[in-house]
Amino acid sequence: MAEVRLQNVLKSFGSTAALADVSMTVADGSFVVLLGPTGAGKTTLLRIVSGLDRPDAGAVSIGGAAMKGLTPAQRNVAMVFQQYSLYPHLTARENMEFPLKSPLLRTSKPEIARKVAEVAEILQISHKLDNKATALSGGEMQRVSIGRALVRNPAVYLMDEPLSSLDAKLRADLRVELKNIQANLGATFLYVTHDQIEAMTMATHVGVLDHGRLVQFGTPREIYEHPVSIYAAGRLGQPHINILPADLFGPAPQRAAFIGLRPEQIQQGEGQDSLVKRVEHLGDQTRLHLAFNNHDLTTVTHAHTPLRAGDIVKIQPLRPFYFDAAGARIV
Amino acid sequence: MAQIVIKSLRKDFGAFTAVQSSSFTVEDGEFFMLLGPSGCGKTTTLRMIAGLELPTAGEIFIDGAEVSQKPASQRDIAFVFQMFALYPHMNVRKNISYPLVSQGMKREQVRAKVNEVAEILGITALLEKPVGGLSGGDRQRVALGRAIVRDPACFLMDEPLGALDAEFRERMALELRALHDRMGATTVYVTHDQLEAMQMGDKIVVMNHGVVEQFGRPQEIYDWPATTFVARFIGSPAMNLLTFDGMVGNGSTAVTLSGTPVAVPELISGASGALTLGVRPEHVRLDDAAPLRGRIVASEYLGTTQIVSLDSAHGPVKARTRSDVAVKVGDLTGMAFDPRSITLFAGNGRALISAANQKVLAHG
Repeated sequence: MAEVRLQNVLKSFGSTAALADVSMTVADGSFVVLLGPTGAGKTTLLRIVSGLDRPDAGAVSIGGAAMKGLTPAQRNVAMVFQQYSLYPHLTARENMEFPLKSPLLRTSKPEIARKVAEVAEILQISHKLDNKATALSGGEMQRVSIGRALVRNPAVYLMDEPLSSLDAKLRADLRVELKNIQANLGATFLYVTHDQIEAMTMATHVGVLDHGRLVQFGTPREIYEHPVSIYAAGRLGQPHINILPADLFGPAPQRAAFIGLRPEQIQQGEGQDSLVKRVEHLGDQTRLHLAFNNHDLTTVTHAHTPLRAGDIVKIQPLRPFYFDAAGARIV
Repeated sequence: MAQIVIKSLRKDFGAFTAVQSSSFTVEDGEFFMLLGPSGCGKTTTLRMIAGLELPTAGEIFIDGAEVSQKPASQRDIAFVFQMFALYPHMNVRKNISYPLVSQGMKREQVRAKVNEVAEILGITALLEKPVGGLSGGDRQRVALGRAIVRDPACFLMDEPLGALDAEFRERMALELRALHDRMGATTVYVTHDQLEAMQMGDKIVVMNHGVVEQFGRPQEIYDWPATTFVARFIGSPAMNLLTFDGMVGNGSTAVTLSGTPVAVPELISGASGALTLGVRPEHVRLDDAAPLRGRIVASEYLGTTQIVSLDSAHGPVKARTRSDVAVKVGDLTGMAFDPRSITLFAGNGRALISAANQKVLAHG
């Protein structure tokens, strides 16, 4: 396993800057998740590390070695794409064995069989190993393509939304499994997703991308608890952080234009009156949609709250975030 | 406005039974969810209510009138599909006007009605625009507009938000529910997404393999599942199901797992053999002093809370704890359960009736 380092990487497609001066270090053995909406540059960054795309400027190194001019095959990276790409005429087993049969690797037959069986077990596809790739469901094909990456021992795993096509239950299972695999192998993962739950639960570090710029890099907890901007704060947290005029609840710090309140930063029972517009019992907790001084906000309370729509509840900010007019964090 | 009563409804497709024997009641003005995995019979049930499929057996009453063999056109319902089918060559106004025009309503009246509906949906500015350039959300609003404009007795919706991405879906769900609260029309809504069902529904029917597993208010179903299927299907993560051998009867207040007594709500039914103890992740506390042991295999950070996964002699267990509780993968720890929240299930997967779940499960 190896460290991946990007230095001042620039990439444009026509007049659009896909990556604008990105420098980032993916430490050896870390699980880095890139977060951002469509067009933020996540996939471009992954493709540049893999060698599928070349940067216009800047450098990529893997394990200390410069990657300039090297093909994807020469980089010893394993990639999993959102769209599975299996050999349709081969079985699931043959697809997974394929990378191990490379003459460069010289893996013995029993070793190949052991590796494939082990990975298939983790991915819950042992019973499908002898099916033709075309006879698998979408979710199964995706698991085989993840398996094909996992049987190898590359310098780094690059994954582009590998779980997005799976159903919720399987996604939750594989989240834990992928994380365990990574931790047990001490593998380096660079992983792209839209899904904030994946980012929060699997990442050792999250890189937040905004229009090709890396705006924050840190542990999920750092980004959740200490976001640098409204944009970064909005990447994590469900329900979404409430962004409101800074002085809505009273005097605000100088230069503050917005106050940011995650649901748990709204204290109930003290402060000023707000109107309960809707109560959603989600089982483990209850979501409250409130109206306060002509603004809507969302908070959460315990599962068996007696509150109902139409009730008045007092609220006040609890250790809020403040942002300036450009959205940068002040306090 | 309408009440919908479903009695022993059954649908066979050849040798395959899609719906076995469904019975439930949708009260007037309710937002009612049909929830279950794909193939459970929820869409078939909805299509029978709509009149798009005729039942093999059973009855459907809309406002007291038995309609199960009547065609869709005589049922006074409006159907909103997952794929918002709009007429591409018509503008927004014409799309929404269409059902009224085809009923032969006067032009002035149509105009007024469409304006009113557009106002409710916040799409007045789009009325004269072609539908081609609209965003996904606006297309969905137009499709809704076309359903609302007829003032039907009830709305039937088949995963109307299924095609939208997560963030947008959340917003549309709120909008749809707010719309319902303003109009108050009975709505039956099909989804496979348990969170959507909990969030939007006044009541939920949980279906599996053509059978109604449970029917009730979201929080009741979450707290007191009638079957292990419901326990697993509702909640994320799902309810923990710990298997053990034992015997319980009327008046039992504890079960024994790995030689350790675990308190449960007082039972008013009995069972023996392979039993299952169900406890929600937020009711599992990690407590070094607790005799029931588990080994921590993973922890997932979720902001204010974290999900801790453990392996135990009775199967995997997930605990939802505050995220500032430090946990170490590999550690052995004790697990304590909130005794008030526990459900026991018999070998057939049905919940045993206790003093705690009696009220919820008695009517089911």
